Amino acid sequence: MLDWGWLADHLPALAYRTGQHLYLTSIAMAVGLAISLALGTAAARRRRLYSPIGIVAGLLFTIPSLALFAALVPIVGLNLLTAEIPLVLYTLVILFRNVVAGFDAVPADVHEAADAQAVVGLARLLRVDLPLATPLIVAGIRVATVSTIGLVTITATLGDAFGGLGFFIFEGARRSFPTEIYAGALPVILLALALDRLFAWLGDRLTPWSRASTAEATSAPWREEAGAA
Amino acid sequence: MNVVGATVGWLSDPANWTGPNGIPTRVGEHTAICLAAMAIALAISLPAGLYTGHTRRWAGLAAGLAVIGRALPSLALIGLVLPITQALDPDRGFSLYPTLIAMVVLAIPPILVNADAGLRAVDADVVEAARGMGHGEAGLLRRVEVPLALPVLLGGIRSAAVQVIATTTLGAIFALGGLGRYIVDGIAQNDDGMLFGGVVLVGGMAMTAEGLLGLLQRVAERRAAARVP
Amino acid sequence: MPNAQPRPAATVEFDHAAKHYPRDAASAGTLGAVDDLSMVVPAGCVCVLVGPSGCGKTTTLKMVNRLVEPTGGRILLDGVDTATRDVVELRRGIGYVIQQVGLFPHQTIGENVGTVPRLLGWSAGRRRERTDELLALVGLDPAAYRGRYPAQLSGGERQRVGVARALAADPPILLMDEPFGAVDPIVRERLQNELLRLQEALAKTILFVTHDIDEAIKMGDLVAVMERGGKLAQYGPPAELLARPASPFVARFVGADRALKRLSLARVGELALRQVPTARVGDPAGPARARTLSDPFPYLLLTDGPGRPIGWCDEASIPPDGVLRADAATPASPFLNRRTTLKDALSLLLDAEVQAGIVTDREGRLTGVVTVDMVAEWFRTTGSRQAAGAELPAAPAAGS
Repeated sequence: MLDWGWLADHLPALAYRTGQHLYLTSIAMAVGLAISLALGTAAARRRRLYSPIGIVAGLLFTIPSLALFAALVPIVGLNLLTAEIPLVLYTLVILFRNVVAGFDAVPADVHEAADAQAVVGLARLLRVDLPLATPLIVAGIRVATVSTIGLVTITATLGDAFGGLGFFIFEGARRSFPTEIYAGALPVILLALALDRLFAWLGDRLTPWSRASTAEATSAPWREEAGAA
Repeated sequence: MNVVGATVGWLSDPANWTGPNGIPTRVGEHTAICLAAMAIALAISLPAGLYTGHTRRWAGLAAGLAVIGRALPSLALIGLVLPITQALDPDRGFSLYPTLIAMVVLAIPPILVNADAGLRAVDADVVEAARGMGHGEAGLLRRVEVPLALPVLLGGIRSAAVQVIATTTLGAIFALGGLGRYIVDGIAQNDDGMLFGGVVLVGGMAMTAEGLLGLLQRVAERRAAARVP
Repeated sequence: MPNAQPRPAATVEFDHAAKHYPRDAASAGTLGAVDDLSMVVPAGCVCVLVGPSGCGKTTTLKMVNRLVEPTGGRILLDGVDTATRDVVELRRGIGYVIQQVGLFPHQTIGENVGTVPRLLGWSAGRRRERTDELLALVGLDPAAYRGRYPAQLSGGERQRVGVARALAADPPILLMDEPFGAVDPIVRERLQNELLRLQEALAKTILFVTHDIDEAIKMGDLVAVMERGGKLAQYGPPAELLARPASPFVARFVGADRALKRLSLARVGELALRQVPTARVGDPAGPARARTLSDPFPYLLLTDGPGRPIGWCDEASIPPDGVLRADAATPASPFLNRRTTLKDALSLLLDAEVQAGIVTDREGRLTGVVTVDMVAEWFRTTGSRQAAGAELPAAPAAGS
């Protein structure tokens, strides 16, 4: 079965690779989120931007990640950018759509009331549009994070300097050493599931108003009006 | 540009169109693997999804699968299965089966979730009216529910197909054939023409599937719209 | 009540206001066009815009706060053309209430109500004070409601919050677009009464859009009937619309029962009440019997010691001697007060065993009786005088 001795010996390496995995993921998510918020805000206002960006996004998905990483080597060399640019692009594909959908999800009557009260500019974005777009945006972050965790494993094709936990999967397969494969594969899967759960919980926490509605709606008694008989 | 020239050169080189490593062979291999994965996935998820959607039970199943399905990194899955299948069949168990199994797992959630959701979304009034007219459960499914749910269902199949086509390329890391071969070998041999040629072929295949299924989906949409008064 | 000097309500004038949509616009079926609208809404008035769907009433409303920009004419608030004012400043000075309310779901009730004050830079303390004041004004306990979210409230409660929010910055004019359309009839009636009560206290200028002619008559000091194509068909007090519809369209829109509708505009207090034979419990029966038999009205009204009515005694069943007992009377007819509308009174009378409504004062003492023929008589005299053009209820004075 599993070679526990090997595992015990390689704990530092496992820790290092896990850290590397999270590091690569975080950078991609942070950059991806920033860009997609900017692009998404712009596209929500000017619908004409949406189709071209959407089409590019769809095309990107058909390119095998393997190829995208490799394709960047001749362009940027073999460094952090080679790994991060594809990761960020794939993140953008998911997040951009969710950001736009989030803004679209603001109900029409809320828009009308906000217009009528002249809630405009930055106040409108920060106080109305963004908070109400949050559920869908967080849903997008959830999917994108998990997807990125998976894609980081493929950066192992770029060499030993990368790969995060994917390093062990590749090495283990190359040497036909199951323990090493599992040392990489299992944590990746667990990490992905754990982060998925985390963001599901976070999304719930950030939207107290939708939680409130599932609580029983109670109404205080009216003040009865004394009218005509 | 260098890369474009190399790719065009590689694609137009008649030598690359013949033999066991020729484009037709690889395309054939890739298609066979993808079709096999889709067929197995359909065989598993269609009945399940139609059942839960029709009876409107087990709602948590589809939801849970959607979550898990998105969270499972394909490379890790391949790695997980590889030692087991390799022990059973040293040859195919290393190259074909792990990837095949991982692709089946990849394809199940989109199909099942959409089958379930599509059926649930069928107007309850329509179903009730059909039952009242004397349709048995099987007839109801066949004549009323599935035709109405077909667009959504086809959307799920389309999504699954595109993902499978692009991700099957990972198998080449483990000596699998198909179009991934060009990508992995192109990286190893530093052959940009082969690498990007492979990318173009995969992209083309994915877009063909997307286009065909998209067309079918639109036809189904029109048919479904015509049915409902 | 607002603590500072309340701002005087604004007058609204439409001066050949128009909204034309380009022929190819997809707006056909959404908002209707408006064609050469001219009318004046005096300050402190409730002006109801009513008409069939597509007649442009909502468009007219939205032109006031420039959610829709007029393509022709002018709209003046207190004499100032709205087109010349900064649109942000304009809108923050106008209260706006819509059918779906549009509360921000992610903010608490308190935060929602304080939206415009916050934009105007009020301090947190002042906002909170004003919010509590307004919530109480619309009938919601501030302590209970200010921290809740809109999803936790019923439709009626949400609309009350919507009204409170519109009043937050004490605007001189309120725009309301079918505000009570999304709630059930019972809640709607309550909300209408509450708004009337509020208006008595605040005296804002209110432009109110509805498709319901009954609501228009109930709520409006002035009613503007609009017809398809965005034209003004008639503009005047409800009584005038009912008594003298200006065109067959208005007559149809107002309804074939407009005579009965006019009864809803008059109250029992306007009638000269009839007196009937009465007696107290414990009085000798004989004289009471004699009085009743000699009076054309066939019943005796029995009251208690202090003079509060208990019920009727049929003249034939009054004993010739002994004393009158309380159990001899049946409360077989409705109790009214001077604020009861003639329409409600008539409806109650028609349904009663003894068709005589007992009118009491605030302490419950008898003041008189209303019968069906009294109502018909009112209609014949006052009603027909209104139809002939004299004696309409006065339009509300400007600035009152």
